[in-house]
Amino acid sequence: MRLSYPANIKIIQVPCTGRVDIIHLMSALEDGADGVYVAGCLEGECHYLEGNYKAKRKVAYVKNVLTELGIEPERVAMYNLSSAQGARFAEIANDMVKQIRDLGPTPVR
Amino acid sequence: MIVADRKSLEEILGMVADREKILILGCKGCVTVCNVGGLKEAEILASTVRIARKKEGKPVEVAHRVLERQCDNEYVTQLADTVADYDAVVSMACGVGPQFLSEMYPDQVFFPAVNTTFFGGAVQHGVWEERCAGCGACGIHLFGGLCPIARCAKSLLHGPCGGSANGICEVHKDTACIWDAIVKKKMDTGHLEDLVAVKPFKDWRTARDGGPRRSIREELVKGNI
Repeated sequence: MRLSYPANIKIIQVPCTGRVDIIHLMSALEDGADGVYVAGCLEGECHYLEGNYKAKRKVAYVKNVLTELGIEPERVAMYNLSSAQGARFAEIANDMVKQIRDLGPTPVR
Repeated sequence: MIVADRKSLEEILGMVADREKILILGCKGCVTVCNVGGLKEAEILASTVRIARKKEGKPVEVAHRVLERQCDNEYVTQLADTVADYDAVVSMACGVGPQFLSEMYPDQVFFPAVNTTFFGGAVQHGVWEERCAGCGACGIHLFGGLCPIARCAKSLLHGPCGGSANGICEVHKDTACIWDAIVKKKMDTGHLEDLVAVKPFKDWRTARDGGPRRSIREELVKGNI
C-alpha cells in the first residue's frame, strides 16, 4: 500500500484491545503523551466477543477522569477498524495527530 | 459486604494538596469486591493524583499498595516499616481502615478516599443495594426474608405506610416499598396470616442507639479453637 502515517505515533501491540487497561492509558498520559488512542476491531467483530467493547468503556472512564482534572477528554480516543483497512488506519492516525496538534501539548509535564 | 463510593477527585486532591509523598492504600476486602478500593483502584488513583499534580506544576511522589484487610491489626502491622516514609496515607478501605491505621500509627495522617455507605450486595454489575442495617437483633424470617429495618425508609414493623404506591416508596421513585414486597410474598406463599401477629416494640439498644457496639467471643479471647 505504501501508505504513510505520522512518525510521532508510538504503536503498542496487544493481542486484543480487551487487554488494554485503564492504567495503561493513564500511564501514557502521566508520562507525557499528548494523546492516546485505542484502535480496536470493528464493533461486533471481536474474536473474543467483547474485547473492543470493554476497551471502549475503559476509554470512556479515562475521558471522565481527564474531564474531572480539567484536561481535554479528546486526548483519549477509541477507533474501530478491521485489519484489512490499511488506508483507514493511516487516516485515523492523521486525524488523531491533527486533533492533538489543535489541542496543543499536554499540560501534564 | 460493606459498600462504599469513592470520593470526588477534587475532595481527595484537596486533602493531600500540601503533601509531597503519599501512599494510596487499598484493601482486599469489601472495597475490592465493590470495585472502589482494591489494588486496581489504588493504582488508578495514584496515577490520577500524579497527573493532577504534574498539571498544577507541583509534582508529587505517589506509591500504591494493598493490604489483605485494613480491619485486622494482623495486616495493618505490615505497614510498620514503611508508614513513616510518607507525608500522608490515603486509605481506600471503608471507614474502619483509616481508624485501625490511625490507632496503630498515631504519628501518621490517614485520609479516607471513600465514603462508606451501607451493608449490601450487587443486584447487577455496577449496582449495589442496601440489605442490612446492622440492628443487632435479626428478625428477617418474620418478614419473608425481606428486612423492613434496612429496606423500609421508616423501618416499619407492621405493614406499609401511606406513602406506598404501586409498590414504590414515596421517598424515591427507584426505591421499592419493601412492605409491598413482603405482603405480596406472604400472599403468594399462603402465609399472609403471619403478618397479623403483633411484634413487640423493637429494642433499639442492640443497634446504634445503644452506643458503639462490641462483640466478644470468650472462647476466641482465650486462644484459637
